[in-house]
Amino acid sequence: MLRYVLRRLLTAIPTMFVIVTISFFLMRVAPGGPFNQEKGLNPVIKANLERVFHLDQPLWRQYLYYLQNLLKGDFGPSYNLPDFTVADLFASGLPVSIQIGSMALGLALIVGIALGIWAALHQNQGTDYAVVALATAGSTIPTFVIAPLFQLAFALSLKWFPVGGWGDGAWVNKVGPILTLMLPQLAIVSRLMRGSMIEALHAHHIRTARALGLSEFSVVLKHALRGALLPIISYAGPAAAALLTGSVIVETIFQIPGIGRYFVEAALNRDYTLVMGTVVVVAIFTVLFNFIVDLLYAAVDPRVRYD
Amino acid sequence: MTEQTAILPADKGRSLWADAWARLKANRAAVISGIYLMIMAFACIVGPFFTPHDYTTIYQDYNRVPPSLSAYPKPNQLDLAVKDAVKRARLDLAKWEEKDDKIITSVTSGKPIDERVTRYLDRSDVLENTLVTDKSADGLSLTMTSDVEKKYFYFGTDNSGRDVLTRVLMAGRVSLSIGLLAGLVAVVIGVLYGATAGFAGGKTDEVMMRIVDILYALPFIFFVIMLVVFFGRNFILMFLAVGAVMWLDMARIVRGQALSIKRQEYVQAAEALGVTRWGILIRHIVPNLLGPVIIYMTLLVPQVIILESFLSYLGLGVQEPMSSWGVMISQGAKNMPSANWLIIIPALFLTSTLFALNFIGDGLRDALDPKDR
Repeated sequence: MLRYVLRRLLTAIPTMFVIVTISFFLMRVAPGGPFNQEKGLNPVIKANLERVFHLDQPLWRQYLYYLQNLLKGDFGPSYNLPDFTVADLFASGLPVSIQIGSMALGLALIVGIALGIWAALHQNQGTDYAVVALATAGSTIPTFVIAPLFQLAFALSLKWFPVGGWGDGAWVNKVGPILTLMLPQLAIVSRLMRGSMIEALHAHHIRTARALGLSEFSVVLKHALRGALLPIISYAGPAAAALLTGSVIVETIFQIPGIGRYFVEAALNRDYTLVMGTVVVVAIFTVLFNFIVDLLYAAVDPRVRYD
Repeated sequence: MTEQTAILPADKGRSLWADAWARLKANRAAVISGIYLMIMAFACIVGPFFTPHDYTTIYQDYNRVPPSLSAYPKPNQLDLAVKDAVKRARLDLAKWEEKDDKIITSVTSGKPIDERVTRYLDRSDVLENTLVTDKSADGLSLTMTSDVEKKYFYFGTDNSGRDVLTRVLMAGRVSLSIGLLAGLVAVVIGVLYGATAGFAGGKTDEVMMRIVDILYALPFIFFVIMLVVFFGRNFILMFLAVGAVMWLDMARIVRGQALSIKRQEYVQAAEALGVTRWGILIRHIVPNLLGPVIIYMTLLVPQVIILESFLSYLGLGVQEPMSSWGVMISQGAKNMPSANWLIIIPALFLTSTLFALNFIGDGLRDALDPKDR
């Protein structure tokens, strides 16, 4: 087991390296630079700025320089928000994104698994169709439609929640973002769960369990659920990585100070270090959650062994 | 006792496609969705020619008027427009009244009035055919009659006073054509790449799929934004870029299919019979690949439409005066409390289209899935 963990961590290093390298050069190929936006910037000042940030050096040297700093855990300063380092921005934004994202994913998993099981047990009945309809709607309507409609209905008309803002983390401010982030996930989870539960209930060991006279509760929740959870686990890994690193749309519409919005903002402003920082953070989360998924797989499915 | 057996005519064999078509026709949701999509596409292509307004025309007197089946102007707008026109003409309004569908306006001024002031009234979006009916001897007061210009805004107007009906149809053209074209680009790249990897096998396959894995690991939004930034805000290039990032799933699916088809007995039999590689490709492999490709493409089109809307929402997509549903939704979101139709109408168009495409995709999957037979 320990060897497996070590091997996985070692194989993550080249993956990360390739991602960092591709992103670095991809971004530099794009025209423009971090100090090109401000019109009438004095050429001397611009040259000075570029020298301070090593932007006047050849690209390969900048790349080595960035890698070197990254290995030391230094993400560098932000070019467009000069008072902050990238690490500062993440320190304040990441907890917000993680909080919203984990609540959304947690709720989606709990409610989605319950709905999926319920629908599978009542296959082709009214309740089943209701769950399927919800799943279709949730996965079809895009977030940037759900979020403003939520604001229109519950914030502007009914005035139950504020339209946006963080409000120092008051729970009323979190309801909208969490719900809009949750709905598409809920749709996918319940749909996956329904499908895999229907399949699991047809398995031989379930027939055996029934023949042995086990209670329905024990058959479904102890024997069928275990196998049926596997697709959910493999879905939840990448989903967690995406949700915990923040959503551009939700954070922009509800004006939440997470890190999701930096993706677009920084890429458009050519804030190279900030873009690279977000790429690295997302990559770390992706690698980490894929790893957790594999461990969970082994825990749930006794056929999977890592030696 | 004689036994008679009716000899029934032999059932005509049904090809894979005829069978799939029959199954698709039996799926009510898919059929209704198909008809709905055709109507939607037809409305978007032909509709803008028949709506009473052009999608770029700005009616300054009709900013953000709500959807209505009855004609504009409403009485209060008439009042505002007449007062506004007289003010623009630098005259004083004595009174105005409506009589037999004509507007009679009396104005006064400190200086003699030039009769050409009628054009100020004509210039408003509400009045037309203004004529001078009476002029006082000293030229200081004037009476004019004008016709009311009746206009219909079934879906209301937007912030700048443009007809939402025409704009939502024009936006539909953009969204649908981007969906189709970018979807097609993704399918072509994905099929070629996946099929090459699958058939070549061995080292080539391994390297090609490693590249796909790495592209998967790159943050998707970052990748798209970089492409959009790189290609500029060019309409055609933009959806080529969108298509170019969405081929990964297609490549994986096609590669898997190609690998498994390659090992089927009928392919080996054809090889043993001396059928050329090209013959095998056309007769056996392409028809067997087509099913998953078609299914995936119908599911890809809505994804591309969502991605395009998302980019437009961020301001990276289609630029003014052109519009797409994503652009309209983002503009609507900014005007929500006072003008909710600006978001509700494009949101309805977008989501209903996405629903229809999803139902067709599901229907095709059920119709073409050989496991389900």
